[in-house]
Amino acid sequence: MNVQSKLPLTAAETALVEQFGTLVGSLPGNAEMVQLRDRAIQSIKESGLPTRRVEAWHYTDLRRLLTRLPTNNAAGDVADLESLVMGSWRQVIKNGSIDTIAAPEGVSISAMADALRADVSGVTIADHGVHDAIGLINSAFVTDGFVVKVDDGAEIAEPIEFQTLHDGGQLHVRNSVTVGEGATATFHDRQAGSDAEALGTVVTDLKLGKGAQATWVTVQETGDASDHLAQLNITLEEDARLTLFIVNLSGKLVRQEINADVLGEGADLQFRAVNLLGDSQHCDITLSLGHLVPNTTSTETVRSVVTGKAQGVFQGQIRVDQIAQKTDAQMACNTLLLSDDAGFSTKPELEIFADDVICAHGATVAEIDHKHLFYLMARGIPEKIAQGLLIKAFVAEIIEELGDERLIGVLETRLDHWLEMNG
Amino acid sequence: MLEIKNLHARIAEDGTEIIRGLNLSVKAGEVAAIMGPNGSGKSTLSYILAGREDYEVTEGEILYNGESILEMDPAERAAAGIFLAFQYPMEIPGVATMQFLKVAMNEQRKARGEGELTTPDFIRVVKEAAGSLDISMEMLKRPLNVGFSGGEKKRAEILQMKLLEPKLCVLDETDSGLDIDALKIVSDGVNSLRSPDRATIVITHYQRLLDYIVPDTVHVLSKGRIVKTGDKSLAHELEANGYADIINEAA
Repeated sequence: MNVQSKLPLTAAETALVEQFGTLVGSLPGNAEMVQLRDRAIQSIKESGLPTRRVEAWHYTDLRRLLTRLPTNNAAGDVADLESLVMGSWRQVIKNGSIDTIAAPEGVSISAMADALRADVSGVTIADHGVHDAIGLINSAFVTDGFVVKVDDGAEIAEPIEFQTLHDGGQLHVRNSVTVGEGATATFHDRQAGSDAEALGTVVTDLKLGKGAQATWVTVQETGDASDHLAQLNITLEEDARLTLFIVNLSGKLVRQEINADVLGEGADLQFRAVNLLGDSQHCDITLSLGHLVPNTTSTETVRSVVTGKAQGVFQGQIRVDQIAQKTDAQMACNTLLLSDDAGFSTKPELEIFADDVICAHGATVAEIDHKHLFYLMARGIPEKIAQGLLIKAFVAEIIEELGDERLIGVLETRLDHWLEMNG
Repeated sequence: MLEIKNLHARIAEDGTEIIRGLNLSVKAGEVAAIMGPNGSGKSTLSYILAGREDYEVTEGEILYNGESILEMDPAERAAAGIFLAFQYPMEIPGVATMQFLKVAMNEQRKARGEGELTTPDFIRVVKEAAGSLDISMEMLKRPLNVGFSGGEKKRAEILQMKLLEPKLCVLDETDSGLDIDALKIVSDGVNSLRSPDRATIVITHYQRLLDYIVPDTVHVLSKGRIVKTGDKSLAHELEANGYADIINEAA
């Protein structure tokens, strides 16, 4: 038997348990939900937050990095953001409470809080085990979120945009998004907030029905003192196609988990991520992708630019079940390091039990190519601008895959701004 | 225009001395050819003029219009009018050729205190210059030098030279990898830039290029020094007899 000595609770862990004690009466949910919350907090109390000894958290020692907990207040007013793309349907949640719901025809959107009060069975409170810190904290403290259902066959022309906003303090949001059979939709998931100290957990379950096609773009630009823990749980049915894009632009401690199960033949997942990291940011993308049936495809590309003392992490796990023949999965993680103190840890993990598959992975960590820089400078382009052109080229290649010129323009503006501040 | 005095330079990384007491003077309006065997330091000299940091000048001076350029970075040298046509132009994925040209032209204008080109003006001058070098606009839509053939890369270098209008042009083995038609196009491009206030240094192995770009002076480089200087007939002499005689004579 493996007996691990129990570590004393840290200040943050103690605060989580104590805050739960004061809040539990006011959190929404029926009896079943209350039990789920109790179990979640009990698990944290007993096992603590994961440390680097836990494989999935090896490069992000949450116990050490989550030093303290901001108060769980419903803080001041937060201004809405203009949508990334004009004409989007904005769903706004501020400091954990729904502010705006706007559903296009063919889509129904309701409050998660109501769902939690009525019937939890329709809402998965995912729990990936004792080390699922994000799922556990979120389950214990979740206040609200959106339940979105896109009708079968509906074609939603303009993006549905989620704005998850905070003004410091804590925020625990859970969304459930279902795209019906043969439906088409685009989601822009914006995670933003002020520079006040904050802890946010955002868990989203995204289900694509048979033949559904969706694009999901997460733009994380929360405040500089925000610890931001997000989890995306994805299932793809037969012939479903998902393009998943994650852009990390700020935040203090950021973890984006993606748990995806490809359940139906012919399904395809295209995953792209761009990290622009500076100062002393810590940003972790952890992907666990299961190809569980034959004839499915996926590609995963992560591009990161890291400067200052920032640390980036990409863990990419691809599991191919024994029956999942003819799986085709291609993973790449490329990083540009701009400073000596910046770092990036990348860990590909292929678990393949089928014998007729194509799986590949590659990782590079490099500095700016000095020969390229010299060539540009030899044409009279000053060093900083030349460096900016090369960084932009590195990232733009991925951004341009988005196809939507409006969104590409918005993201390129963000990139220019980042280069101005960090280049 | 260019005055190189007793130049000594080495590879920064391992200290290998490549240039060993080189003297060279090139006047405005002059076309100077530098010839020499493999390993004599021809390409190194071109990189040092452009300011590549892999090389370290340990002694001597490079004066451009009377002022030392040794403390200037590559971009400052380029803005001052020094242009190197690379022997192996870099392929840079993700940077569109047109965007690169525009940034380069505008940054040089900015450094000289001139206003930016408007987009229509920019496109007009690029079209004109590209046409004379048989470069299609399709080619310029591609990322910089990516997928260009050897000849296309060299023509693209000359295009950049035409657009940036430098005062001192350094062509590093621009003839290598060119067939005879491309050689003619490239040479015509270089010749069209000959003017009384512009100097050109043509670095080459072979005399062939000098039939098209006729030099005023020819310098033989060996072991990091100029060992002989003459007029264009020196190039023919080298073609007929090889480098050995002249190098031995100098030694």
